[in-house]
Amino acid sequence: MRRLNPSLIAGGVIVGLIVVMALVSFVWTPYDATLVNPAVRLAKPSWEHWFGTDKFGRDVLSQIMVGSRTTLFVGVVAVGVAAVIGVPLGILAAMSRRWAHELIMRTNDLLLAFPALLLAIMFGAVFGASTLTAMIAIGIASVPSFARVIRSGALQVMRTEYVLAARAAGRQPFPIAVRHVLPNVTSLITVQASVSFAIAVLAEAALSFLGYGTPPPTPSWGRMLQESQEFLFSAPRLAIFPGVAIAIAVLGFNLLGDGLRDRFDPKLEDRR
Amino acid sequence: MVLRLIERTAVLLASLAVSSVLVFAFMAILPGDPARVALGVNASDEAVAELRRQFGLDRPLTTQYFEWLGGLVRGDFGTSYVSKAAIGPQIFDRFQVTLWLVVAGMVVALVVAAPAGTVMAARHRKVSGLALSAVSQLGVAVPAFLAGILLIMVFAVKLGWLPANGWTPPAQDPAMFLKQLVMPALSLGLVQGAVLTRYVRSAVLEVLREDYLRTARAKGLRPFPALWRHGVRNAAVPVVTVLGLQLATLLIGAVVVERVFVIPGLGSLLLDGVSNRDLLLVQDVVMVLVIAVLLVNFLVDLLYVALDPRLRVGSR
Amino acid sequence: MSDVLSVRGLTVTVRDKTLVSDVDLTVGPGERVGLIGESGSGKSLTALSVLGLLPEDVVAAGSVQLTGVDHELIGADERRMSRVRGRHLAMVFQEPMTALNPTMRVGDQIAEAMLIHRTVPGRRAARAAAVELLGRVQLPRETMRAYPHQLSGGQRQRIVLALALANDPALLICDEPTTALDVTVQALVLDLIVKGVVARSSALLFITHDLAVVATVCERVLVMYGGRVVESGPVEEVFTRPRHRYTEGLLAASDLETNERRLTTIPGNVPPAGQFPSGCVFRNRCRHATDVCSTAPSWTGTASTGFACHHPAEVTTHA
Repeated sequence: MRRLNPSLIAGGVIVGLIVVMALVSFVWTPYDATLVNPAVRLAKPSWEHWFGTDKFGRDVLSQIMVGSRTTLFVGVVAVGVAAVIGVPLGILAAMSRRWAHELIMRTNDLLLAFPALLLAIMFGAVFGASTLTAMIAIGIASVPSFARVIRSGALQVMRTEYVLAARAAGRQPFPIAVRHVLPNVTSLITVQASVSFAIAVLAEAALSFLGYGTPPPTPSWGRMLQESQEFLFSAPRLAIFPGVAIAIAVLGFNLLGDGLRDRFDPKLEDRR
Repeated sequence: MVLRLIERTAVLLASLAVSSVLVFAFMAILPGDPARVALGVNASDEAVAELRRQFGLDRPLTTQYFEWLGGLVRGDFGTSYVSKAAIGPQIFDRFQVTLWLVVAGMVVALVVAAPAGTVMAARHRKVSGLALSAVSQLGVAVPAFLAGILLIMVFAVKLGWLPANGWTPPAQDPAMFLKQLVMPALSLGLVQGAVLTRYVRSAVLEVLREDYLRTARAKGLRPFPALWRHGVRNAAVPVVTVLGLQLATLLIGAVVVERVFVIPGLGSLLLDGVSNRDLLLVQDVVMVLVIAVLLVNFLVDLLYVALDPRLRVGSR
Repeated sequence: MSDVLSVRGLTVTVRDKTLVSDVDLTVGPGERVGLIGESGSGKSLTALSVLGLLPEDVVAAGSVQLTGVDHELIGADERRMSRVRGRHLAMVFQEPMTALNPTMRVGDQIAEAMLIHRTVPGRRAARAAAVELLGRVQLPRETMRAYPHQLSGGQRQRIVLALALANDPALLICDEPTTALDVTVQALVLDLIVKGVVARSSALLFITHDLAVVATVCERVLVMYGGRVVESGPVEEVFTRPRHRYTEGLLAASDLETNERRLTTIPGNVPPAGQFPSGCVFRNRCRHATDVCSTAPSWTGTASTGFACHHPAEVTTHA
């Protein structure tokens, strides 16, 4: 019987709450998150506006709620892109001959020299800043770490007796990859997806903070943080709310990844 | 040793060559041409054609690539399509600023992580694993730019001890330089330090279990001197790996932190380049950052060899 | 003449488990004493207790006195113990492959042993002495500059021996020093150990499971089982006329002198730590065990020669 560990529970609860918040925001928010109301500019937290309002009189709580959609959306697409490219690449590397394997992994290492943020800024420079370019850039930048993790898992699977037996029986590489290797690296994929999600949330926040992520008026935690900067002296709470939201989201996905890792393989604990 | 040096150098050169192709290709094969981008949509076709001719954009891509690469090797980064100014000196100036940030951040990270990690390893029965992972998880969850904003709130807004932002070259006013460096360095370094602590702890724990440390104790060394004389170098090997990766993270983190603290570094140059649609500038800065990351990886590899005699090929 | 090492009532526990109980042990000046037993018998823990280097949650109680040291070793603080270790008391460990620091030159590791205790006037003298020590273990002067990974297991164990003997300790403890080595170099290392202690008139406590090694190296032997000393006496005496049934079984299993091909084994396995039976710890594997064995057998004989068994083997003279 596998026990539930505290990381898994804490991570699961945090991520669950963010998902619920995002879902709720589709049907209900205290106010329209993009509604400008000059009458209540920079209002302090109150019963009407729990988290106060920003410089345009927009409700901060509503923006945080809708912002969680942006965060999750970017994360899901970025991780999806990374997994769809990285997983086959990792398995391919593990199953290839020596020189092909070397070539794939060397290229992979090289791509690690292009961090997500740098890639996203390049994409922004070329295609213009938008949520889409940010998602794709972050996704592509996450491919190398995906490929690396999946490769090492797939290499282990390739050494198992059932794969050796399948190869001895003359099975083609592709069926082996789909039937034997892929199912046995799903736990690794899950863990890596969770970790990559955290990185994607961070990268999106940083990009939006720099002005190269989600364009206005769509609420985004990173941009809320950037907009708050001019009020650091007068209304620091404007920075606190989105800042805490970002930190909690990243914490949640990291904890979830840690918890999943421990659950799938307790031996790996503390090995990072 | 020599063999390894040659091999690593070859890998470095190959990586540099491939990444220069990637960066160039990425910027070259974009939809729309740089001259049009630089001049804006409303520019006349004649003006665009003139600019293309002026900067050699009408020549084949391979010629342009080798011209650019040759320039890089000579330290000539070309001329901006937008400001018509030489890019090299700008990058050189800005890079020094960013370097200060990265180095200061690294120092902060090490100063936090080395003692904290060692103490936690030595007293691993007393420090609960949960408290430790809480600290390092928090470190990962708070990005450098958020840490920067929080620091400004505390030290500039609340306490008024430090200037909220700005940059002064060290030669101009050393005291002001240090004051303004404190918060950027902390925001870059504290976060990385929290992460690094975890690695230092597990590296030291590993070393504490080693037989040679028992031998050192059996010789008559007390626990701390034994760890100091025989443990540090052995524990440094895995820590250096992480440190190398973190340097790259710091370099990118600096790009954002420069925005928070209004510091004229490489990051600001890059972002200005993007907003001015100065594509050659962007291309050059990205290349410089990639070169820096690759160089760090290369140096980390060499450092391994210096630290661990077992890696010195040919010494057997 | 007073003993070099005197252990009285040594008991080692980890949490609620007792790993070594009530061990008495003495080593006279220049004497070479063997400590034998299967793995898990507590012999290594006994040695580590003497050295004060037990793992963190393992606790020793009892008394350990060493000649030239005016305080009790059990429970002594790190400051005082560090002055004893490597100076009056040195140890050679089982695993030469990992016992040396991989990032430090061998010569520096030997010289360090002398510099810590200031038994040489300075760095140069320490290096000169290290070269001399290397010569004693038949390694060339060039070994000074070598790193451990460049040396074989046998060479590394000689280095460990050289640094253990660097300060002419009153007692050298060797814990299975040849077990991890190739058979071909075992004899050389054993020879160097004996020569080393004889030249310094140091006493030797030699821990092993190999009876043949004890027979060649030691003068007196203690047999441990289940954390207790079950028999002791001169090697000649114990190996030819064992009294404890465990010793008897051990000798039959290792077949020292007979040429019979059929090896007898002791039935059953050594129980895990802390799960030995009460009374005589050997009774669940002993063919001679009776009801009386559920009470602890008392020691028969003198402090240095005797046994603890309810049904000792008859004293017969071998033909």
